[in-house]
Amino acid sequence: MSGAGAVRTTGLAAWWGAIRRDRKATAGAVLLGFFVLVGVFGPWLVGDPHALVGIPLQPPSAEHWLGTTGQGQDVLAQLVVGTRVSLAIGFIVGIAVVLVGALVGVTAGYFGGRVDGLLSLLFNVFLVIPGLPLAIVIAAYLPSGPATLALVLTVTGWAWNARVLRAQALSQRQRDYVAAAVVAGESDFRIITREILPTMTSLLVAQIIGSTTYAIGAQVGLEFLGLGDVSAVTWGTNLYWAQNDSALLTGAWWTFAPTGLCVALVGFGLTMLNSGFDEITNPRLQLERAWRGYLAARGHKATRSTPVVGDRG
Amino acid sequence: MAEPLLSVRDLCVDYVTDRGPVRAVDHVSFDLAPGEILGVAGESGCGKSTVAQALLRILPPPAVISGGEARFEGRDLLGLGEDELRELRWKRISMVFQSAMDALNPVIPVGEQICDTLHAHRELGRRAARDRAAELLELVGIPAGMIDAYAHQLSGGMRQRLGIAIALALEPSLVILDEPTTALDVIVEREILGHIRTLQRRLGFAVLFITHDLSRMLQVSDRVAVFYAARLVELAPADELRRAPRHPYTQGLLRAFPSVHGGTVELASIPGAPPSLSDPPAGCRFHPRCPLAVDLCRERDPEPRRMGSDHTAACHLAK
Repeated sequence: MSGAGAVRTTGLAAWWGAIRRDRKATAGAVLLGFFVLVGVFGPWLVGDPHALVGIPLQPPSAEHWLGTTGQGQDVLAQLVVGTRVSLAIGFIVGIAVVLVGALVGVTAGYFGGRVDGLLSLLFNVFLVIPGLPLAIVIAAYLPSGPATLALVLTVTGWAWNARVLRAQALSQRQRDYVAAAVVAGESDFRIITREILPTMTSLLVAQIIGSTTYAIGAQVGLEFLGLGDVSAVTWGTNLYWAQNDSALLTGAWWTFAPTGLCVALVGFGLTMLNSGFDEITNPRLQLERAWRGYLAARGHKATRSTPVVGDRG
Repeated sequence: MAEPLLSVRDLCVDYVTDRGPVRAVDHVSFDLAPGEILGVAGESGCGKSTVAQALLRILPPPAVISGGEARFEGRDLLGLGEDELRELRWKRISMVFQSAMDALNPVIPVGEQICDTLHAHRELGRRAARDRAAELLELVGIPAGMIDAYAHQLSGGMRQRLGIAIALALEPSLVILDEPTTALDVIVEREILGHIRTLQRRLGFAVLFITHDLSRMLQVSDRVAVFYAARLVELAPADELRRAPRHPYTQGLLRAFPSVHGGTVELASIPGAPPSLSDPPAGCRFHPRCPLAVDLCRERDPEPRRMGSDHTAACHLAK
């Protein structure tokens, strides 16, 4: 019986608005936005990352802001150029993993029965295979390169998402609104894409963000082990070469610390951003925010029992 | 009237939205005597359930109680802390929801669910709790043999009666019935309301009975409060309200359903729809739909006025 009818703004404006309202999400968006800008435009601003520009293993100086590598290449140039490839693979894999997971998981949950049995068997098998070792094995056999990495990470990463989304679809399948849609004669495809999937938006976004974080980490890990294309310039290969040139032994921290920091910051930014999305996809939470603000403005705390504000008696 | 059990004065409840608060209950005042059945009638969204939930302080966000006073057994309901409220809820004031029948756990026998309620508030041995559960089942007309049945083995009416049994488990002095029979058919509804009436006479608790079904309410209640657009527009003993409603809205409601005993009265519905609470009309909130409205109604808000010894109505024209 809530008489409060708040009109909900949708689309990009709403997303941006919700991110702006949440301080953590704003910080995450700014951080991530910075890295995306560096990834897109950075490579044109720095020199050739392969060029031998100076004496190897020089610490940061005015000429080379982040010093030089064991081969005498500019660390900053490598870092910036690496951002593009690493972020691209991260986002592509993050989205691909959730797409495959949603397709398989929701199909299994929605249709149930034999379809569910078969698809569940499939992703259960993928779940028990340890991801990183499998990724190592596959990566070792396929021609190395960014495309291979993306493929390997997608194949080893989708099953967990599928399982979560299947459970969600199973639960939604029982709801009255799905029964109503079936009776109304909507096609299965329409019910899945228009009725069921929108209820999972916050979950899907959270999964994309989580999977992207995983993909960036796993990609850097594989490349660090030398399973990527070692002649490419990515964050992972930067670390591989730093290790190869005994950076730790020689104390050349500038060859690995900036890259490590970037990996951590991107993961941090993605996680912060995630906190804002829950509110966008849940109208109820938007109202609660207005409510909390109203109470805070009057010096009251949000309590479990209905709060009493204003003049009484 | 003797010392009232519940006394509500100028209660206001707001729902907070992005565009400011919307008043869902606006300066509502009424008293409830011990052992009395007060019916609360009104259209969907008029604030009748909101009042009940505000008294128990169980309105979910974004609701806030923005003013007024509510005293129950001498205690200030709006000033109680979280622990005191927990003590009060169910023990002193319990509630039967429209969907009480859906509030049962499907994998726990119903008797045990009554015992859970008992154990949550009282030190009681297993044996004693089970005896009390059986007694409560009998009280609402469910055979004590059903004590180990699961919810799905009971009919809708039985489950709703079970909801009433659980509400009575701790012998509260006030039971709030929030549309307890809306989801049931008329036969079962009559049976349940009969039960409530009998139990109330026997155990002496007071009842706040919320429904949109005015005819049903007139049969059950001692007094009736009629709500319209967040306000209490008329409050009178049930007989008097049926015989001589003073507010045009109440008159309209009474004309909208047929009487078994009465002659062939022309049925009439009230034209239009209730106003939006975020932008209520100026003056009397009922004036856009009122057949008697005059200029005064469009300009000034009517205060509740005394019509008889125990009858108030908020209408400029009521006499």
